[in-house]
Amino acid sequence: MKKSEGNEEAIPLSLQEIRERNEPAANEVWQLRLYIAGQTPRSLAASANLKKICEEHLAGRYNIEIVDLVKHPQLAAGDQILAIPTLVRKLPQPLRKIVGDLRDTERALVGLQIRLR
Amino acid sequence: MGIRITKPAQEMDKGNRSLPKARTGIQGLDEITGGGFPRGRPTLICGSAGAGKTLLAMEFLVRGATEYNEPGVFMAFEETAPELTQNVRSLGFNLDELAKEKKFVIDFVRIERSEIDETGDYDLEGLFIRLGAAIDAIGAERVVLDTIENLFAGLQNEGILRAELRRLFRWLKDRGVTAVITAERGDGALTRHGLEEYVSDCVILLDHRVTDQVSTRRLRIVKYRGTAHGTNEYPFLIDKDGFNVLPVTSLGLQHQVSEKRISSGVSRLDTMLGGEGFYRNTTILVSGTAGTGKTSLAASFVDAACRRGERCLYFSFEESPGQLIRNMRSIGLNLEQWSKKKLLQFHSSRATFYGLEMHLAIIHKIVEEFQPQVVVLDPVGSLIQAGNRRDAHTMMIRLIDFLKQREVTAFLTNLTSGGEALEKTDIEISSIVDTWLFMRDIELDGERNRALYVLKSRGMAHSNQLREFLLSPKGVDLLDVYVGPNGVLTGSSRLSQEAREKADALARRQDAERKVRDRMRKQEALEARIAALRKEFEMEEAEAETVSVEAVSRETMIADNREAMFRSRQADPVKDWVVAKRQKGAQ
Repeated sequence: MKKSEGNEEAIPLSLQEIRERNEPAANEVWQLRLYIAGQTPRSLAASANLKKICEEHLAGRYNIEIVDLVKHPQLAAGDQILAIPTLVRKLPQPLRKIVGDLRDTERALVGLQIRLR
Repeated sequence: MGIRITKPAQEMDKGNRSLPKARTGIQGLDEITGGGFPRGRPTLICGSAGAGKTLLAMEFLVRGATEYNEPGVFMAFEETAPELTQNVRSLGFNLDELAKEKKFVIDFVRIERSEIDETGDYDLEGLFIRLGAAIDAIGAERVVLDTIENLFAGLQNEGILRAELRRLFRWLKDRGVTAVITAERGDGALTRHGLEEYVSDCVILLDHRVTDQVSTRRLRIVKYRGTAHGTNEYPFLIDKDGFNVLPVTSLGLQHQVSEKRISSGVSRLDTMLGGEGFYRNTTILVSGTAGTGKTSLAASFVDAACRRGERCLYFSFEESPGQLIRNMRSIGLNLEQWSKKKLLQFHSSRATFYGLEMHLAIIHKIVEEFQPQVVVLDPVGSLIQAGNRRDAHTMMIRLIDFLKQREVTAFLTNLTSGGEALEKTDIEISSIVDTWLFMRDIELDGERNRALYVLKSRGMAHSNQLREFLLSPKGVDLLDVYVGPNGVLTGSSRLSQEAREKADALARRQDAERKVRDRMRKQEALEARIAALRKEFEMEEAEAETVSVEAVSRETMIADNREAMFRSRQADPVKDWVVAKRQKGAQ
């Protein structure tokens, strides 16, 4: 039931290493998964906001998968989804989660670590 | 595992037919809640860390799945499924097995604050979907959320969280599942995040208190809408059988009264107690100074009860079972045989090992399990060490009430320490016992001997006499004591007194025999004299007879002579004279 996830935080890293990890290589393909529950306004907003962010900052190197938990409830446990909508950054590592409708682009970028805080 | 519901709880049940309940299957908890948790509604269990919240919730689900055929979902926010499975395996719960039978689902919810960012609006629909899916997967009727407050640690927006929790509890009610939500105790509030605001049907508080280095677990129903519930704090146990709540305070004075009598195991003691021994289902207290034989008397009683085929429980706070068995063998009591036949069970623990509540709880539990007819507590006074005098007193009253309600004959011993008033118990239970035997030692002529008397025995005529209490390899016996000019005589003084009395008796008997012989001799002499006198009298009589015969014949002769003389004179006609004469003679 519990999916083992990379627990990078536990390993002490140097500042340099942290930068490298948080600034993924420019050519890396981003694997993103957005969990929604039905076609609610919030879900639609999240989906639209996500597409906008990706087009602006990750054009041509992103991949969005949208999971509707109403249709596939069994998928909720895998990524430990509680809040809806939740965006999961599967790649690049480490795994990140952003809950909410992504209406605050700045925060979303920070959360996705496209832009450093 | 069955729970015997006491009268008050049954009454509670009756009064609340309207409110449907889900039995927890947890010993004692159903009793004080009047039948379990509110069915189809959430129940909040709060308590500090280590109070037993998770275990209570888990047992609620497992019992539901195994005993009431109500599958359950355990949503864990703290421990993973393997951890939980392992933790409860020691209690005999096999979660893997239940999961295979589709009766049980554990869903571990992991919230990692560090990998979550929040931007904009969200809700907890994901949680609802997961929970809904788990419920649907096995058709669950029971749900546990342990500990849902962890959400507050993982998500920042408290406003959203609170709104969503409210929605969650509403949703649980709509689904009609009986839910248990656990929450950490907060400062000055029942829960840290005020969950009691949302879950208001039934709130149960678990407490783990340490007083004088002795810990006691307690449970209290803070509120239960629509149900008359016990409001006291009830001690509970967590042991190999899981959770045990002990509704020991819900007792009254309604126990059954028995007319039956049972032997004390010492026949002369039975005689002292109106000839038939103790009343069944009463409380017997034996108090006395050190080494007076209280334990031996208790063992005799147990031995007699086992001989009748009754089940006995022996709680010893000072001796180990092995030591007791060995020691009692020295007075000819073989307790081991009863132990082997499962008629006798020993429980030895130091009084200081647990708190009073825990002692009471343990005794309660063991009595429920073993269903004995006789319970011995040896000695009760030591329980003071586990608490203070007043608490120990209250505990004893509760214990005695409980034992009476279970129709158990209780045999308590109590040590009276030297220098104190003798007819007194430290624990002050003398007024609540039915029969009080007192044992003391009597010091005389450089000896110490044991004596016993019946201080009181309700409802029977009992002996007022002091008896000497003798322990021999043949067992326990009671002997008469002699009261001499120097007081009570026991031991060798008694023996010498006995010898003296024997000699006196012999002398008296010899004296009496001699007197009898004397009298017989006198009688014989008297009879001889009477015989002699009679002989003499007979002789005199015979002589008198002879004399009178002679006198008559002489008279006749004289008359004949006179007639002859008359005839010879021929003065009157003979014929007339003779007639006249004859007539005269005939007169």
